[in-house]
Amino acid sequence: MMPPTAMPQTLAPPDAGHDEPLLEGPLLSVRGLSTCFATADGVLRAIEAIDLDVMRGECLGVVGESGSGKSVTFASVMGLIKPPGKITAGSVRLDGVELTQLSAVALRRLRGRQIAMTLQDALTALNPVLTIETQLCEVIRAHDDDVARLPRPQRARAARGRAVEMMALVGIPSPRQRLGDYPHQFSGGMRQRIMMAIALACRPRLLIADEPTTALDVTVQAQVLELIAEQRARWGMSVVLITHDLAVVAERCDRIVVMYAGQVVETGRTADVIADPRHPYTRGLLASIPRADDPSLPIRPIQGTVPSLIDPPAQCRFYARCERREAACLAAIPVMSFGDGRSARCLFAEA
Amino acid sequence: MSAPIANLDLPMESPAPRDTPFRRSLRVFLRNRFAVGAAVVVLAFVLIAVFAPWLAPHDPYDTDLLRRLQPPAWLEGGEWSYVLGCDALGRDLLSRIVFGSRVSIFLGASVIVFATGIGIVAGLLAGYLRGWVDAVISRLVDILLAFPYLLFAIGLMAMMGPGLLNIFLALAFKEWVIPCRLVRGETLALREVEYVEAARAVGAPSWYIMGREILPNILSPVIVVSTIRLAHVIILEASLSFLGIGVQPPTASWGSLVADGRSFIVDAWWISTFSGLAILVLVLAINVTSQGLRDAFDPRLQA
Amino acid sequence: MSFSAFAGRLLHLVPVLLGVSLITFLMLAATPGDPVDIMLGDQQASEAQRLTLRHDMGLDLPLPQRFGRFLKNAVTGDFGTSYFHRRPVAQVIAERLPATIELTLVALIVALAVAIPLGVLAAVEKDSWLDRAATVTSLFGVSLPGFWFGLLLILFFGVTLHLLPVSGRSDGAIGIPTVTGLLLIDTLLAGNPQAFRSTVAHLAMPALTLGLPMAAVLMRVTRASMLEVLRQDYVTFAEAKGLTPMRVLFRHALKNALIPTVTVAALEVGSLLGGSMIVETVFGWPGLGRVVVDSISTRDFPLIQAAILLYAVTYVLLNFVADLLYTVVNPRVRL
Repeated sequence: MMPPTAMPQTLAPPDAGHDEPLLEGPLLSVRGLSTCFATADGVLRAIEAIDLDVMRGECLGVVGESGSGKSVTFASVMGLIKPPGKITAGSVRLDGVELTQLSAVALRRLRGRQIAMTLQDALTALNPVLTIETQLCEVIRAHDDDVARLPRPQRARAARGRAVEMMALVGIPSPRQRLGDYPHQFSGGMRQRIMMAIALACRPRLLIADEPTTALDVTVQAQVLELIAEQRARWGMSVVLITHDLAVVAERCDRIVVMYAGQVVETGRTADVIADPRHPYTRGLLASIPRADDPSLPIRPIQGTVPSLIDPPAQCRFYARCERREAACLAAIPVMSFGDGRSARCLFAEA
Repeated sequence: MSAPIANLDLPMESPAPRDTPFRRSLRVFLRNRFAVGAAVVVLAFVLIAVFAPWLAPHDPYDTDLLRRLQPPAWLEGGEWSYVLGCDALGRDLLSRIVFGSRVSIFLGASVIVFATGIGIVAGLLAGYLRGWVDAVISRLVDILLAFPYLLFAIGLMAMMGPGLLNIFLALAFKEWVIPCRLVRGETLALREVEYVEAARAVGAPSWYIMGREILPNILSPVIVVSTIRLAHVIILEASLSFLGIGVQPPTASWGSLVADGRSFIVDAWWISTFSGLAILVLVLAINVTSQGLRDAFDPRLQA
Repeated sequence: MSFSAFAGRLLHLVPVLLGVSLITFLMLAATPGDPVDIMLGDQQASEAQRLTLRHDMGLDLPLPQRFGRFLKNAVTGDFGTSYFHRRPVAQVIAERLPATIELTLVALIVALAVAIPLGVLAAVEKDSWLDRAATVTSLFGVSLPGFWFGLLLILFFGVTLHLLPVSGRSDGAIGIPTVTGLLLIDTLLAGNPQAFRSTVAHLAMPALTLGLPMAAVLMRVTRASMLEVLRQDYVTFAEAKGLTPMRVLFRHALKNALIPTVTVAALEVGSLLGGSMIVETVFGWPGLGRVVVDSISTRDFPLIQAAILLYAVTYVLLNFVADLLYTVVNPRVRL
């Protein structure tokens, strides 16, 4: 992978072409977000009352098992939920702008430009019948102001130039020659980088990386994460790392949000949460990872399974699997805050 | 405060006892009102065909030149005892249609039953035994598939001459390749499955494995496909009869009735219209039913 | 595609084509009745003349040799003489073929032009009234007997409304120089707008009768594959890139969704060939299909045989082209 060189002249400062931002407070602020899906068996409440913040320039880790609602949350943020799904409540503010009230057109202009998303498997995320050039250039031509400012005949060439730059940036060898290739002609790791190049092409302020490492082997994982970290350092981009891999979160993320069964159950600085988890689920998660410093410690998986999210009762959703169950837990559990950004959805979190 | 749910620890799906996949599919099918309605219509047609002599108001061969080209009852010149009017020889159209259903339905059904039977056997043999058996059968299937359906039937009919039996043979001769291809494909997939390997290991003979292990599992898709094909075959027979190469007078199938009415389309539109309508309604009902069957029994849709 | 892979597939065709020829040959060889008698019809002939005729037609040869002769002749385009038309079969076919080709082509275009937009719309507006209407219509289209539909169209547009002509290919097209054999093009080339309009009017009902049932099938295929495509990750990713819905639909989704449609269409053209026989009969269209149907009642076996062979070979080649098309359109399957 090519080491970053001095900043090329074509790279504009991060906020060029964007509206004047507020420079205070979180970049992304989600409050009370709930999304439901209509299914044959009833209404599936995929996420309920989600509160989270993404600060400027930080890397937020969102952790949870499959079905916890991590992907749905950020799909809702980006306005990608389609029928039979629907956002039923809540607010999503990007720099003070309420996204849930935006028109479809305005929301679309935001995507790719201010918020970008990458998916888990680059093989399925990239269109098999279109060349890399097409898939890279279309996002550049849609959002890049420098290219848009040029007279029409020159745009294609300028976009291609940017595309080659981006490919070089993410470490694809011989980028100019490979522009005309199709996704299946690249290796898995390369595809992931191409997907990253597409996401980063317009210098988004927020990158949502959905399971960026799951489909990759360990060496490539490290490279992709390094890539994200680099771009973050360069532009002050905020990153949300959605993953079920605690190790990645522990290493890369400033803060962590733990989700379970469609709810946020714990929030806080990574170091704090890992050293001193307040929610039984978080504790269970940490206990179920083998530890490199003491391999002889027994791994204790959490007993039981995730409850159904179709008409869930108003009670603690972790009840059935919690070691410390009490009658009080059978009511709706509020989120308890402990200052310093720490919070947990458990009645016994103080202890 | 809600009461604790006792079985929160239990897995979500706890199937009722003896709830076989077949029963579950059947329930899904029965929930589909359109499909059930369509199936009832098909059944009605079959019953009409079976009980034709008792249901038809008149003798379909009874000519009455005074009633030549008599219009349907609700038009001027018609009468209610001859509800749909009469054809060029004064024969009651409704009775002819009722009796015509016998030809169309029984021919179609027998072609499908016969072709499916042969197709299943051939497909099982080809898919399970492989080797030269498969090579021969597959080659035969490829070649037969290379002919457009109608053309092949026409060719055979030209060779054998018209008539009910010949139509049956002509259609069946091409039709068996479709279930055969399907069964062969499914058999190929299934022969590697564990319980088949187990049966082989225990020394079960091939015919046993094919009959008891593989056959029950391929029946679902075969039945679904056969219902779809039934609709096609009925239209094919009607087309052949329309062209004059099918059943010969005085036997009438719906197709030949439409052909009869063609010369009089200007003056007596009802002859062709109602005969063809019968075909449309039956085939539509079969298609809706088969769609419902497919939705209910398709393994991919089993949750 | 590499040449060896292409050659391999081509080679695969040979046994199928041979088998098709064999069956066609056997079909007619097994027909009861003495071909010489049928050929002569009512004419009187001496025994010697009969023997000569027999010899010329190769009927005195053993079966395998007859087959060889049949193949050899077929490849050179010699299918013998039509009993009924008393002309070389090849000539009769060549005369009638353009009409059938034109009809089939226009029907195919109609089918695609109706099916693709409807199928895409139905998928995009899934479960809306449009979707349901389209599904019901396609169910009807698949259940409709073609010959009956044609008759109804004639009854409605021809007889009742007097809007469209009910038979023949064109009025006033006599004297148009034949360039392609396709009247639509030839009339335009000759600069005769009246003849062109007449041709279109004559083509309207037959093409609709032939094309709409096929459109019904293709619409379902398009809808199903479009629904499948819209669920794919690359569509979600394209939306996440902030592209306009139009672009997502046409650039990303459509190309993938049309692959099954195009493949099925290529395969279904074979059924168009069969259907053209019926449509030509109903509308009195002067094409090859009607000739075949007529030749059955006249027991004109050389013609029937040649037609079957021609149609079958065309069908095999069409399937072959469909296979090739699939690999071309889908870059992942390139060999």
